[in-house]
Amino acid sequence: MKKFKDKTYLNVAVWEKENVDTDIIIPSDYLKVIKKDGLGNYLFDSMRFIDDGQLGKLSKDRKKNKDFFLNLDIYKDAEVLIVGKNFGCGSSREHAPWAISDYGFKVVISESFANIFYENSFKNGLLLIELKKDEIKYLMNYYNKEEKKDKIYIDLENQIIKAGNKEFSFEINEGKKRYLISGLDEVGNILEEMKGEIKKFEKEQEKKYPFLYNVNN
Amino acid sequence: MKMKKTLYDKIFDSHVIKKYKDSYLIKIDRMPGHEVTSAQAFSDMELNKRTPWNINQLLFVEDHNTPTDGGYDSITDANSKKQIDTLRNNINKYKIKKFYPLSDDGNGIVHVVSTETGFILPGTTAVCGDSHTATYGAVSSLAFGVGTSEVSVVLQTGVLRVQKLKNMRIVVDGILNSLVTPKDVILYIISKISTSGGTGYAIEFAGKVFEDMSVEGRMTVSNMAIEAGAKVGLIASDKKTIEYFSGRKFTPSGEEFKKFSEFVMSLKSDDDAVFDKEYIFYADDIEPQVTYGTNPAETVGISKKIPDNSNESSLEYMGLEVGEKISDIKVDRVFLGSCTNSRIEDLRMASKILKKINKKQHKDIKQVLVVPGSMEVKRKAEEEGIDKIFKDAGFEWRNPGCSACLAMNNDIMPSGEHIASTSNRNFRDRQGKGARTHLVSPIVAIIAATYGRFIIPKEILK
Repeated sequence: MKKFKDKTYLNVAVWEKENVDTDIIIPSDYLKVIKKDGLGNYLFDSMRFIDDGQLGKLSKDRKKNKDFFLNLDIYKDAEVLIVGKNFGCGSSREHAPWAISDYGFKVVISESFANIFYENSFKNGLLLIELKKDEIKYLMNYYNKEEKKDKIYIDLENQIIKAGNKEFSFEINEGKKRYLISGLDEVGNILEEMKGEIKKFEKEQEKKYPFLYNVNN
Repeated sequence: MKMKKTLYDKIFDSHVIKKYKDSYLIKIDRMPGHEVTSAQAFSDMELNKRTPWNINQLLFVEDHNTPTDGGYDSITDANSKKQIDTLRNNINKYKIKKFYPLSDDGNGIVHVVSTETGFILPGTTAVCGDSHTATYGAVSSLAFGVGTSEVSVVLQTGVLRVQKLKNMRIVVDGILNSLVTPKDVILYIISKISTSGGTGYAIEFAGKVFEDMSVEGRMTVSNMAIEAGAKVGLIASDKKTIEYFSGRKFTPSGEEFKKFSEFVMSLKSDDDAVFDKEYIFYADDIEPQVTYGTNPAETVGISKKIPDNSNESSLEYMGLEVGEKISDIKVDRVFLGSCTNSRIEDLRMASKILKKINKKQHKDIKQVLVVPGSMEVKRKAEEEGIDKIFKDAGFEWRNPGCSACLAMNNDIMPSGEHIASTSNRNFRDRQGKGARTHLVSPIVAIIAATYGRFIIPKEILK
């Protein structure tokens, strides 16, 4: 996994929409891939473009919906998405964080995220930050589409965000933080540390519950 | 005194291999999968020169991309074909035995096949690259959807590092009206607790309504726990659960089945177990539901009007207005299927209603698509003559698959049309770009198919 660059200044885009589901983030047409890259072309596809897309057709060749937030000049080169609550609900498709990362986003900030989307994002080096309602309101207001503002400052190690003259702290699971900063190989790590333990656990399971683990395989 | 435990705690605790500061390494006993969320997991594994942890813990089907009216050669989309080919290569390469491809006798939707074969058993843990994995909670399996990265981890290690969820109990008491189905119960619950109400929780559905419900009905409920934001939707096991698993392909037999049965009866929350959050609803308050918006919480009883406080952009997408009567919505197409409502019991329910109504497909209805959940369901339905009842009414009787639930194959619903659908998500563009989905029960779907609109079931089915 790629490492998350700690202590960094990033461009911001704001989308106030709540309950953005993963079907909106990336429609099912674009799940028919066997790789992870290139999906940024289809991020928010049905709202971002006016014409019908298909796999292989690049975003630069599409007809854009000029009112959609990502197509506004002021949000060009955005790396941080500030978005309404319950972001990423619905389908478990990991294509959603793949598309968000591939587009160029490094951080998504919201009042709340759906559970599966939350897990998936961290596995792909995408940092999700939950803030309180009034803090989100401040950020959405500060980075409104009328006037270009300075970059947002994100310090993952110390769990601090700075924007304008405000500073917010955020909570994050320590394991997830380490994982992002180190870009650790999770499978390699588990196998190295736990292989014996897992085997032992399985043997005990089979002994205790043979009817669950020794059946007609 | 011993701590009282919830059902979730019991299964979770019995699978913990190691406890970390703020997470747990737990054993994952089973991983079913399909063609859309597995390719990158296999390629990650290959890249690292590793092999599957234990192929006995895996079961794969082809369901999302597959045609419901033909075999492999009828797949027109090159990308779909490539995804299916990729899965088949991986199955061959790693000699995975439980594989039910398109056109195979055992093929079907992953969440239908996994339980009807007894691959998923009560008390086990399971993950799948699919959010509707919550379905297995109906048979007391601690099961949840994961993304492809976690599929990859489980594929290679048989374990997963997770945080423990909080416990929520949703009690529904009383007795449902005979025309109110499990689908209506779960839609009603979602409308009450919202699409994020269950976020961070494992829900346990409890109370008389679920005790009285069949195992297949419980699957409809658990299936949509994720639509309330909960990864997990458990229901306590009982005699019906044991009966359900009797004689299935991968279930224990003989003496082992007796021990299994004893174990299954223990899969319930302790009497005084404490839940972090609890809701109580009453069966009497639940009428057949119809969703009118673009998320499953935007639902009302079929006798109602579209509420005043509805989300404007949802209504704009749906082409509906505040105050409009649900029964005035004209339906264009009907989809009876999906991992929510495609089991034999759903088809029996639908065919029984159709027989009672004794009408053919309404002249303004362009298509009624009936897609059984598996080949097994299809065979059973045909043995019982259910297919004939549907076909005589003018409905299309298809092969199993996810089909129009998410329209990854050619079963795509047209823009602007209103679809009465027994599936689980009424998201924008889900069933086809611009398609307007109304989530309903099989009963309401059949009424829509024959009357061309939504009608309160008890008005025509006395």
